[in-house]
Amino acid sequence: MEIVKQTSLAIGFTLLCTASANAFTACQVTDVGGIDDASFNQTAWHGVENAIANRGIDGRFLESQSETDYAANLNALMDGSCDIIVTVGFLMGEATANAATANPNQKFSIVDFAYDPTIPNVLGQIFATDEAAFLAGYLAAGMTETGTIGTFGGLNIPPVTAFMNGLVYGVDYYNEQHGTSVSVLGWNTSSQEGLFTNNFDSLDDGRAFAQNLYDEGADIVMPVAGPVGLGSAALAAELGSDSLKIIGVDADLVATDPERADVYLTSVLKRMDSTVEAVINAAMDGSFEGGLTVGTLANNGVGIAPYHNFESAVPPELKAEIDAVRAGIIDGSISVGP
Amino acid sequence: MNTKSNFRKTTADLLMLRQGAYRDAIVLPIIAIATALLIGALIMTATGVDIYTIGRSFAALGHGAFGSINAISETFTAAIPLILAGLGIGLGFRAGLFNIGAEGQIIIGGLLAVIFSFTFSDLPTIVLVTFTLIVGSLAGAAYAGIAGVLRAVTGAHEVILTIMLNLISYRILDYALRQPFIQKDGRSDPISKSVPGNGQLPKLLDWIDPNLRLHVGIFIMVGAVILLWWLIKKSKMGFAIRTNGENSHAALYAGMNPKMVIIGSMALAGGLAGLAGAVQISGVLERASPGFSAGIGFDAIAVALLGRSHPIGILFAGILFGGLEAGGRQMQIDAGVSIDLISIIQALVVVFIAAPLIIRTITPWAFSKNKRTS
Repeated sequence: MEIVKQTSLAIGFTLLCTASANAFTACQVTDVGGIDDASFNQTAWHGVENAIANRGIDGRFLESQSETDYAANLNALMDGSCDIIVTVGFLMGEATANAATANPNQKFSIVDFAYDPTIPNVLGQIFATDEAAFLAGYLAAGMTETGTIGTFGGLNIPPVTAFMNGLVYGVDYYNEQHGTSVSVLGWNTSSQEGLFTNNFDSLDDGRAFAQNLYDEGADIVMPVAGPVGLGSAALAAELGSDSLKIIGVDADLVATDPERADVYLTSVLKRMDSTVEAVINAAMDGSFEGGLTVGTLANNGVGIAPYHNFESAVPPELKAEIDAVRAGIIDGSISVGP
Repeated sequence: MNTKSNFRKTTADLLMLRQGAYRDAIVLPIIAIATALLIGALIMTATGVDIYTIGRSFAALGHGAFGSINAISETFTAAIPLILAGLGIGLGFRAGLFNIGAEGQIIIGGLLAVIFSFTFSDLPTIVLVTFTLIVGSLAGAAYAGIAGVLRAVTGAHEVILTIMLNLISYRILDYALRQPFIQKDGRSDPISKSVPGNGQLPKLLDWIDPNLRLHVGIFIMVGAVILLWWLIKKSKMGFAIRTNGENSHAALYAGMNPKMVIIGSMALAGGLAGLAGAVQISGVLERASPGFSAGIGFDAIAVALLGRSHPIGILFAGILFGGLEAGGRQMQIDAGVSIDLISIIQALVVVFIAAPLIIRTITPWAFSKNKRTS
């Protein structure tokens, strides 16, 4: 009986191998946060998973454990078995450019990096996350009881600070409209300096930074550092969401971190999953071109998640105002900036 | 008569020692690795990986480590800094010092190397590269020397000193990378300017395939292995280091200066770690960023333990760890097995090596001869 089972497994395995030899393969190299970071890398990988489900392709990923792994990981994928390689993150910009120049026939797509000039075999995916974070800032300013909102980032790099800029501008806009004086700790838009963990993997830092911001009076915190934010959420879950709420980033954290669903006021969505899937589809259909795609509020590339548990707590007027602000940003009547 | 039997006894003792050393150096690591792989397989089974995927992932591990020219290139590229830093740590072990500070010494060495390299970018390649490596080594030596001097003068324990110096080095790096003359132009995150093209260690195999990253650092590494072997086995200083490691009182009575041995071997260990950092910067990374040391200094402790502090042993241990790193990548690609598993296997190897009694207990037959003779 055992032998039969094993033989059939072996045959199945052989069939699987033969089948996958012909299939289109999408490969992804993650940043140091890891594939299951509940936000950044996971969202991008979700795009590959969708393509696996919808188009029957093969998907593989390689996790980077440190920044020194980027080039090595890309190298390991250069044996020609990947039809497209998706690299996730601004920090992989140089490694991806080097690999793409050395291997001009290999298609690449990178999340969060725009090359100038563009490289013919690389498609950059960038996102106007400041537009979506602006809405989150507006919401936070309307919801805060202490009049103080906190934020911190993983590294002072443009894809991270875009969130922080948007948050502050959104809060400022709320203050302008309502004559309030809600302040944001952790980011200064004029000096472009603020609070950074300098890593994308320490949950301890996420907890400690949120604790500091909470001690300084913040009752809503937006961590922009991938899985680091899960540490902040753990603190919020202990303190209770009346004392501290978290704004998630990249993915809808209520879906990716369901155990602490009740601490997330909303999430600033960066729909890397849809752009990654679109890139894979384009590569399969032969319409892949190097260059740049930009996700905005207008094309639904960025947005904010539903309020979920706070659906009834957010006043209807505030919801209506946020919808109006969204429309204003899309039609250009509200500018996301100082 | 008496002298004769004494002589025989001494010879037998010597032989026995050699036999024991052979078991320690060859049999023990092999059993440790096999046991680690076996337990790794059990852990995979426990996490719901089926037997075919396990077989496939171990095949991928071997293939990714030594199965192709790219694999071998990656294995050695990863092994170079591990071996360099491991040699330093091994030397410390010989002198009776437990140097945990290689990570910090790599950081300081690499940082000074990158600063030197982009500052003097006008120099011709051979001069620039040579001096970059020398600067990196000296920086590492000086940084480790702090711990050495404190240990020798005050008696403060080197484990505490080097751990704390590691922590300080992280912050020095964070701070330095934000300084305008170091930070890359146009970037607001901590990252250094790049090593200029003429400051890079030449690649060895890029004429075959531009993706092959192996660089001339491998010759530096081999040179360091030979030098350390000579130093430990043949030189007067090596004798002083070994004597001090065995018994520092005896060393003192023999007229050796334990303080100088401590400071000297710490500085030498730091020099090798700093060299590892400089080689990594000018051969692979081309710039410094907050995580550029990537735990090499800690993995090197494992390499030194696995290599039994012997330069040749460290060479093979470093190649093994480099292979685990390169092969671990292939394991992820081919079988979708988590990279964390490779860390577990590495850790298990170290556990079994560092605690040889476990291996002796679970596989008594491999060591039975040893028992009978003793």
